[in-house]
This record gives sequence, C-alpha cells and structure tokens, in this order.
Amino acid sequence: MKDGKPYVSTTNACKLCKPLGAAVAFRGIEGCVPFLHGSQGCATYMRRYVISHFREPVDIASSALGEKHAVYGGGPNLKKGLLNVMQKYGAQVIGVATTCLTETIGDDVGQILREFRAEFGQELKLPELVHVSTPSYEGTHMEGFHAAVRAVVEQLTESDFGPKHGPVACLPGFVSAEDLRGLKALFADFGLPITLLPDYSESLDGTAAADYEKLPPGGTPVAAIKALGGSRACIEFSRCQKDSLLAGSVLRDTHAVPLQRMGLPMGLRASDEFVQTLEHISGRPAPEALVKERGRLVDAMVDAHKYISGLKAVVYGEEDLAVGLTALLAEVGIHPVLVATGGEPARFEEEVAAVTEGLVPMPLALKGVDFYDIVDQAKTLAPDIVVGNSKGYRVLARELNIPLVRVGFPIHDRFGAQRVRHIGYAGTQELFDRIVNAVLEKRQEESPVGFMYI
Amino acid sequence: METIFEERQDQIQVTNAETAFEIACNKDSLAGAVSQRACVFCGSRVVLYPIADALHLVHGPIGCAAYTWDIRGALSSGPELHRLSFSTDLRERDVIFGGEKKLYASLVELLDRHQPKAAFVYSTCIVGLIGDDILAVCRKVTAEKGIPVIPVMSEGFKGNKRAGYLAACQAMARLVGTGDTTGISPMSVNILGDFNLAGEIWLVREYFKKMGIQVVANITGDGRVDDIRRCHGAGLNVVQCSGSTMDLAKIMQDKYGVPFMRVSYFGIEDMAQALYDIAKVFLPHDPDILRRTQELVRNELSGLMPRLKALRKDLEGKKAAIYVGGAFKAFSLVKAFRHLGMKTVMVGSQTGTQEDYKELAEITDEGTIIIDDANPLELSRIVKDKDVDILVGGVKERPIAYKLGVGFCDHNHERKLALEGFEGMYNFALEVHRTVTCPVWRFTPRRSGVPIGKAPASETFTATNEEA
Ligand code: SF4
Ligand code: SF4
Repeated sequence: MKDGKPYVSTTNACKLCKPLGAAVAFRGIEGCVPFLHGSQGCATYMRRYVISHFREPVDIASSALGEKHAVYGGGPNLKKGLLNVMQKYGAQVIGVATTCLTETIGDDVGQILREFRAEFGQELKLPELVHVSTPSYEGTHMEGFHAAVRAVVEQLTESDFGPKHGPVACLPGFVSAEDLRGLKALFADFGLPITLLPDYSESLDGTAAADYEKLPPGGTPVAAIKALGGSRACIEFSRCQKDSLLAGSVLRDTHAVPLQRMGLPMGLRASDEFVQTLEHISGRPAPEALVKERGRLVDAMVDAHKYISGLKAVVYGEEDLAVGLTALLAEVGIHPVLVATGGEPARFEEEVAAVTEGLVPMPLALKGVDFYDIVDQAKTLAPDIVVGNSKGYRVLARELNIPLVRVGFPIHDRFGAQRVRHIGYAGTQELFDRIVNAVLEKRQEESPVGFMYI
Repeated sequence: METIFEERQDQIQVTNAETAFEIACNKDSLAGAVSQRACVFCGSRVVLYPIADALHLVHGPIGCAAYTWDIRGALSSGPELHRLSFSTDLRERDVIFGGEKKLYASLVELLDRHQPKAAFVYSTCIVGLIGDDILAVCRKVTAEKGIPVIPVMSEGFKGNKRAGYLAACQAMARLVGTGDTTGISPMSVNILGDFNLAGEIWLVREYFKKMGIQVVANITGDGRVDDIRRCHGAGLNVVQCSGSTMDLAKIMQDKYGVPFMRVSYFGIEDMAQALYDIAKVFLPHDPDILRRTQELVRNELSGLMPRLKALRKDLEGKKAAIYVGGAFKAFSLVKAFRHLGMKTVMVGSQTGTQEDYKELAEITDEGTIIIDDANPLELSRIVKDKDVDILVGGVKERPIAYKLGVGFCDHNHERKLALEGFEGMYNFALEVHRTVTCPVWRFTPRRSGVPIGKAPASETFTATNEEA
C-alpha cells in the first residue's frame, strides 16, 4: 500500500484459493471424496498443501481436463471421473468444486450432475453429489470453505422436519482437528447432542491404520446432515462473513432453526458467550470442571500479565481467526497494532473494533492484503510478537527478529498443526501459554545473563 | 499386475525376461484417479524457479502462485528473489475484460521495486483461456525497462509436467546467447538440470574445481541471469535430470554447437562415472585431468565406503519402492539401493518416457513393477503387496508410506537434505537407515498385527502388574 493506494501486484499472498477450502470442508463429511472440476494441477497442488499441514493422506480427485476439454467443455471428463471415484473409492458422497478454469469455460456443473444422475441413476447406486461454485478469482479459501458447507446444507438437508428436537447444529468454520474434538466434548458436557459440520477431526487426523484407507473414517454422517432441518438450534462461528455465504442462514431461513451466530470462541469473553449459549440451549449450568477451567484461565492471565501487558502484536490469517486472536490478545493487554487478512470479508474492521473496544487502542485493520503490505506496515509499528500461520515466518518474523506464534492454516514448518487447540477456555489457555512462553524465550535468549529463573 | 483402474492397465508393467517391455506414458491423467502429477505450469516453475536474480511473476488467479511459494529447497548463494511469490492475482473483472493491463502494471511495479536482472512471466490455465497476449505485454515491458521480460507458455491444461519443461527451456533459450563470452576457458561446463537442493550444486562445483574445470552457468540451481546469457561459450553442457533441461541442451547444440552429456550425481557409480566422463571430454586440453579426477574419486570413496558399510549391514535384503517426478533420478536410486544391499521392487515416475521406462526395466530385477503416473490407490496397493520397507517419493507420497507402516525417503524438490555427490550418498544411506530401522514400525497396526488402540499383550507387563 503506497500512500493508501493498493499495489497492483500480489507478493506472498496471505490467502489461498477457493477450492482448497471447499476440499477441506468436504473431507469433513463421512465417506466423501472431494472432487475438483478442472485441470489436474490445481488438485495436486492443493493436496500437497493440505497434506503438509495435516500430515494425513488427502485424496482429492480431479476431472483432469486437457486442452480439448477446455475448448469443448469438461462435462464428459467430469462424468468419467465421477464414475471412477464411485467405483474405486466407493464414495458415499462426492463433493464437486469448480476451479477457475471450469468457471470460465462456463461448465454448468449442476446441469452436468443432473444429466449424470439421469444417465446412471437407474443401473448404479449413486452417491450423494454435492456441487459448489468456487472460482478463485472471486474469493479465498475461507469463502470456499463456507460456500461448500452451505452447499452441503442446501443440497442435502431434507425439508419436512416439524418439531425442533434434533441435535444442535454446530458450524465451526475452519478450525483445527483438535478444536473439533474439543467442541464435541464440550457439547457432551452439557448433555447436548450435536451435529458438527464439517467434522474432519478423524478424517484429517486419523489414527495409525492397518491399511491405506480410501475413505478415512469419521466425518459428519450424511443422515445427520439430512436431518439438520430438525435441529433444536444452530450455533455458527463467524463474525466476518456475510449472511448469505453461511450455512446457518439456510437452516434459519429454510428450516426455521433458531440461529445463534457468534465469533470464534477465543479469549475469555467470546468463550463466555459460547458457554452461556450452551447453558441456555441445554437449560443446564456449566459443569463444575468447565467453571474451574475458566477460573484457571483468568488466574493464568493474572499470573502472566506483566510479562506481556503493553506489548505490541501483528496478527494475520483467516478473517474470523484473526478477529478471534485479536480478542484474546486484547484481553491480556497485548496491543494488536496490525490485524490483517488476505480475504475480503463483508465485515472486518468493525469486528476488530468490537473485540478491542474498551481494552486496547483500535488496531490498524487491513483486509485484502498480502505479506508485502503486512510487512510494509509492520516495519513502522515495531511489534514485539507475530501471531499467524507459518507463511509469515521468513518474510515477517525473521525479518523483524521477533517470535512467531503459529496459529491457523497452513502450518508447514512445525509439527502437530492439526492438534493445536484454539477455542474455548482450554484452547485459549493453550494459546495463551504459548504466547507468553514465546515472549519469555526471546527475552531469555537475548539476555546477556541468561537467567534460569524468570 | 491386476490394476485398479482398467484404463491405466497399459501404464503399469511387470518386468519379465521372456516378454518385450511395453508401457504407455506421457498421457493425460485419468479423470477421477487422483494422480500424483501436477501440470504444465508446475513443470516450468520447477525448472525456472531457482534462477535467483530473476523475478518470477505468475499471471493468473492466486492459487497457482500461492502453492508454489518457497516450497522447494533450491538454495542461492546470493539474491533470493526466487523465494518470493509474485502473482497478478486475477479477479473476476480481469477474467471478463482481460488481464493484460493488470499484468503490465504489475510488471512495472515489481520491476521498479526489485530491479531484477530479468523477469519470467508464467501463463496459467485461465490466461490461456481468456487469451491475454502476454507476448505483447512482455515485449512492451522489455523495451521500456531494458531487461529481458520473458513469457513462459505454461498453461496448466496444455499437457503434463513434461510440456512445462519444454516451455521453460524455450524461455531460457531466449536468454542464452545474449551475453559476452570472453574469459571462458575451453575447459568449462554448464551445469544443467540441477536445482541446488540443499546446496548440492556447491558440492558438484567443488568437484569440478578440483578437476580444473570452470563452471560458466548453473542452469538452473543457484542460477544467475547473466551467467545464462553467456553460457553458450562453455565447452560442454552437463545435463542432469534429463527430462527437465534436455531440450535446452539440444537447442544449444543446434544453435551454438555446444555438445552435451547426460549424467547423474546420485549414488557412487553414477557420480564417479559423471566425473570420469567429463574428464575424458577435456583430456585433449589437459592430459593430467584424468589423474586428478581419479585422485578426487579415490579420496572421496576412501572416506565414504567404511561409513556406508556400517549402515549396509542393517539394510541387506530390505525392499524399496521408488516413485519420483522425473524418471532419470530413479536409475540412480535403483543403483544406490543396490549399494546398500537393498532390492527395488517398484519404480515409477510422473513424467517418464518410453526410453526411460525401458531402461528402468533393464536395470531392475525381474518382477519389478514399472509404473507411469500413479495414484494413491495403486501406490498403496503395491507397497502392501510387495511388502516394501521404504517408499521414496515426495510430500504427497509420504502419508501413503506412513499409513502402511513403511519407511520413507523424501527425494523431491521439497527436500532440504543434500543427496547428491559422495557426501550425498552417505546422507541418503543414513536417511534410509534411520527410517527403515526405526523401532516405530513395530507398533504400527499393519506391521505389528495389533489392532489400533490395543496394547499388545506382554508377559513382562503382566508379571510386573501382578507383583504390584
Ligand atoms: S486456477 Fe484457480 S483453482 Fe486452480 S490453483 Fe489456480 S487459483 Fe486455484
Ligand atoms: S490453474 Fe492451471 S496452471 Fe494453475 S495450478 Fe491449476 S492446472 Fe496448473
């Protein structure tokens, strides 16, 4: 950004492309194989990216279009590919996401799938086919993720559900596998049945297996998705995306499911809001153990506050995550001086303002930026710490010689990304400890004395 | 072998002394088969990426550039412009109205900012579709900025990775011949097709130095634009990883009469062979070169052999499966495994040619599976059926090995460990040893036969418990 004017080129993007988000979301549905309609390269690159983060097999099929398909349309290859995935993977669901290529040549995937069903539906048992439009020139991986979840609800959820007695629908967005497990445990603590969508807690963080699993176990069962219309409530984490992009809106508008939308429960206040919502829905008070968890978190914040209070942080990453991190940092008195995202969500600045209000000065909030912009700004802000995904390491943290606390996607240079916890009191606690320790480590390393007792 | 995808039957063969070896390759990947292979753009990007003082601008939507940001281990001894990711990040309106204006403005902005020696502009699928005239834009910016701005015609859908190698070579060929060749010794080489992963070119250059050979240009690892511009003055092109830069070597032979030689720096025999072959070329200029080379090889081996022997005793009889990008690497790997007393039971690649696969069939034992453009289902099936002890591949192959309780060696562009040269052979052996002999496999379900989550019944534990 030069004199407030955006650069034309992008250097070191702080976002990824749209179908990647869709593929991750599809992996959270039981028996689902993600399928990218486009050239082979896109699918391979995304697989590589997701595998590096999760360290799990990630089979993403492609219609592998070549030049002639780009000219004459990719329908035939899409159908051929679907047959192959059905037969060889035994997929119960195939999640088809378009790429820039197929969007531009104008393939009507909905229509192709209708033809496919008509052609093969009689003789073969077809899997559920879900499709989502994900041209990357129109959004980021985050929007692709949400668009896929929304498409799943739109296309699979059945309509005639009367009374709302079903499990609570929980739409968490792009969190870690550990977060998903944590959410399930939390709902269980309140005695609340839950349908988590998507749920890649097992499919992208599996156990050691006896075989290469074509369809890794885990994921939201299709039957549960079909029954989402009967949910007693829907809790959806997103402060930044526009209403029409989110699946919760479909449950609310089409199926009359009461919707509670809130920010990612990161930090004390957002976690409180979440816990209160669970109390409200379940009609039960928070269990003793949870109350203690909260108490320990506050205690820890007090214990550590002088190590970190007044420090300055740069935060970047997926929009809702960036806002959640900002909330957490602000509560402990770290000033997020710059909060940045590569996406261009409907709301960002106002959400950053909302979570910092009354705690710390309003940070500079930038959306639609790349790492060149972020570094550019960061240099003048003299931050003490950076919080974000791996990609800011070399260009930002190393350059400024300050610690990077790795959170979000992708984490390619550390081990255990899928097990990083971010949400709820427990997640906040873990993140908080890591932040404090990063600060202490740096202080210790740079001290000429090297105290062993801090 | 019974294949999983009938349509790929002719891309998988088992070597057999009785029958002629026939394999299909260089085909489009099968729809729905989850190929391990990327695209034309990927091929070009791999080859050109390590030219470190050039600006690499990817013209397209964000993904193609984002996924290739600093994912490789190609090191530079100076500028590191190649490790940044530049993109025009096309948006909807560019797709509708064309992206030429944005490309032009991006180029001007980036060239002013970074002052590179040259720029490569990669064309991606979308650009091919919307028909941006990137040649015209590059011509215009070249004229305005006075540095070569070179289009790389690498639209992803126009074939597979191999087509990308060719596009990259054609792009580099536009640089070759534009620089001054004074001061180049007749005893000089260009290093083609090495990417300086983990600094491997530095190892090889050291060998050349000891032999008295000048290196004019590293093409492409630790590459410099000015070196490439004058590299037609070199006495010999030494080409590794034949697939990727062979086309450039051929162009240079036709146009400038520079002869070329195919080599491999992997494994003891191939490394030594490469040095001797090169020495022989320069023998007319310097009769002493052979002696120096022998001395070099002898020195290196005398240190290496005892260290290898120590590792070999644990590896004897183990089985390896190899799946790499370029087939050429595989030849050396088969031999390297043999040195460790190991047997290769499967070998395949993303981009092999008929000749490559034939040669592989010849150097491997009977019954070896040769495979072109494989996918996780096939790879996992073979790894299991052949009960291998190690799979060689890249990041995408890694979880296949690990899920099956099998060791793994990263031999792709992402690796950060030098595996070339004599020192590299030791690194390779050590890595193989570490993974194959790791006790962890005793606890994985497939190998141990113990179901997930169950602790194996152990008499010692029971006894202790009872005592307690
Ligand atoms: S073409 Fe689009 S979908 Fe494919 S990698 Fe590039 S940005 Fe992503
Ligand atoms: S869009 Fe084309 S060039 Fe880019 S990654 Fe996909 S296949 Fe390759």
